[in-house]
Amino acid sequence: MSEDVFIVGAGIHPFGRTPGLSGLQQGVFAVRQALERAGLAWRDIQFAFGGSDAAGNADTMVSELGLTGIPFINVANGCATGGSAMFGAYSTIKSGEFDLGLAVGFDKHPRGSFSPLPADWGLPDWYGETGLMLTTQFFAMKIQRYMSLHGITPRMLGAVAEKAFANGVLADHAWRREAVDIDTILHSQMVSDPLTKFMFCSPGEGAVALLLASGRKARELGLPAVRLRAAAVRTRPPGSFEVFSPALDLERGGSPTSVASQAAYDMAGVGPEDIDIAQLQDTEAGAEIMHMAENGFCADGEQAAWIAEGRTRIDGSLPVNTDGGCLACGEPIGASGLRQVYENYVQLIGQAGARQAPGKLRLGYSHVYGAPGVSAVAIVER
Amino acid sequence: MPDTLPIPIADGLICPDADGIALLASRERATHRLCFPARPEDDTRYDRVLLPRTGRLWSWTVQRFRPKSPPYAGPEAFEPYAVGYVELDGALIVEGRLVDVAFDDLAIGMAMRVVPLPFPLADGTVRTSFGFAPDGSAGI
Repeated sequence: MSEDVFIVGAGIHPFGRTPGLSGLQQGVFAVRQALERAGLAWRDIQFAFGGSDAAGNADTMVSELGLTGIPFINVANGCATGGSAMFGAYSTIKSGEFDLGLAVGFDKHPRGSFSPLPADWGLPDWYGETGLMLTTQFFAMKIQRYMSLHGITPRMLGAVAEKAFANGVLADHAWRREAVDIDTILHSQMVSDPLTKFMFCSPGEGAVALLLASGRKARELGLPAVRLRAAAVRTRPPGSFEVFSPALDLERGGSPTSVASQAAYDMAGVGPEDIDIAQLQDTEAGAEIMHMAENGFCADGEQAAWIAEGRTRIDGSLPVNTDGGCLACGEPIGASGLRQVYENYVQLIGQAGARQAPGKLRLGYSHVYGAPGVSAVAIVER
Repeated sequence: MPDTLPIPIADGLICPDADGIALLASRERATHRLCFPARPEDDTRYDRVLLPRTGRLWSWTVQRFRPKSPPYAGPEAFEPYAVGYVELDGALIVEGRLVDVAFDDLAIGMAMRVVPLPFPLADGTVRTSFGFAPDGSAGI
């Protein structure tokens, strides 16, 4: 009999730029905040999974937190680092091995676009040398084709970004906390057609820590808790369209997101129609639109009506990216996926403050996507 | 003309001939699945094949800022360039630079043809890469 798994506490270091702190120190900040909010001490934690993409080894934070001798597993899984850390912590508690642990993710990236090296991705040097190896190009070409097939317009992209910045104003951990109107978004500098500067997220900094417990432990602690109904990490199926692809199969297939999404729904025994709030990977404005369909919330092309009717706003029927997502919070790779779960946790326990979604929220859905074709989905229940 | 092309930017990438260039790919013997770029020539699970030279634009964008170096090896002076995926007839959808076309004229579905692309490196030398240009011989 496997154990139920609950999130019983969460901490966050504000996203953005924090010149005085390393990524690792921001991670420690998030862990301390999670412990403090839960009234727990570091010595109560039995194990940890954590990682960053570019800011060091998570397990070295025991130097600051305390040398309690616990197993602390480093996770390095690109954009899915945070989601993988949570998957590790979830599986560990589910197995019954431990009953109170930590998942932590943090990062700190230099300004500007990411600069991956071809050899690290199994690609020949010419691919990077000739200027084809940019994540921004991939996202632009994926939405460009999607727009031509499914009637999505630049103005819809602008509306998604406008919503993100409006939500970011209300989120105390967001990086961008000023509203940006749709015309400014549409007329800002074109980065990779059809995406302008305000439609893209930027690499940044931040950290998130989640405390996970077994059902028995959660009841004993008596803390505000959400049940982790599903945590799925999946890589790409045949025929998908991914970052850093010199060529694609003619026969088009699914996506790592559609596979991870289905696995999560199966684990949780629920469907997209049951979800009350969603945090979807929005590396750029078009990604949120495409991921609405890939995660099963609507059919391809239906996003036009959803956006026109405001259904994804905080007061809509399915609030999406209620803290402004990556567009307003930035993209510290190791922390991003856990920020989404953090946001669902605080929303479901009713502590999201000015951005609190109205009504009873039972099920929260989060989805992260990254290179070279990996998605992580989590479903939490209050 | 093939004998005037600078040396290729990589081995096993392009095959110059009297008509210009074709792209080299590999076909997995067990599954007949094509892959590009080609696998190493001594990989006995694959056969070397040439990809069709023509196809249709599948998607596109414009690279409007200079990519970071490394990995980008082009000159410091930067001009925006178009990038796209071209669905080569009955074979594969291949990514490459789009040349000899105004950005405003780019449209999904337009006929394209693979062409040699002289690529200047930051140190001043020039290598031959590949790109796709509108295919005047085909109807839209």
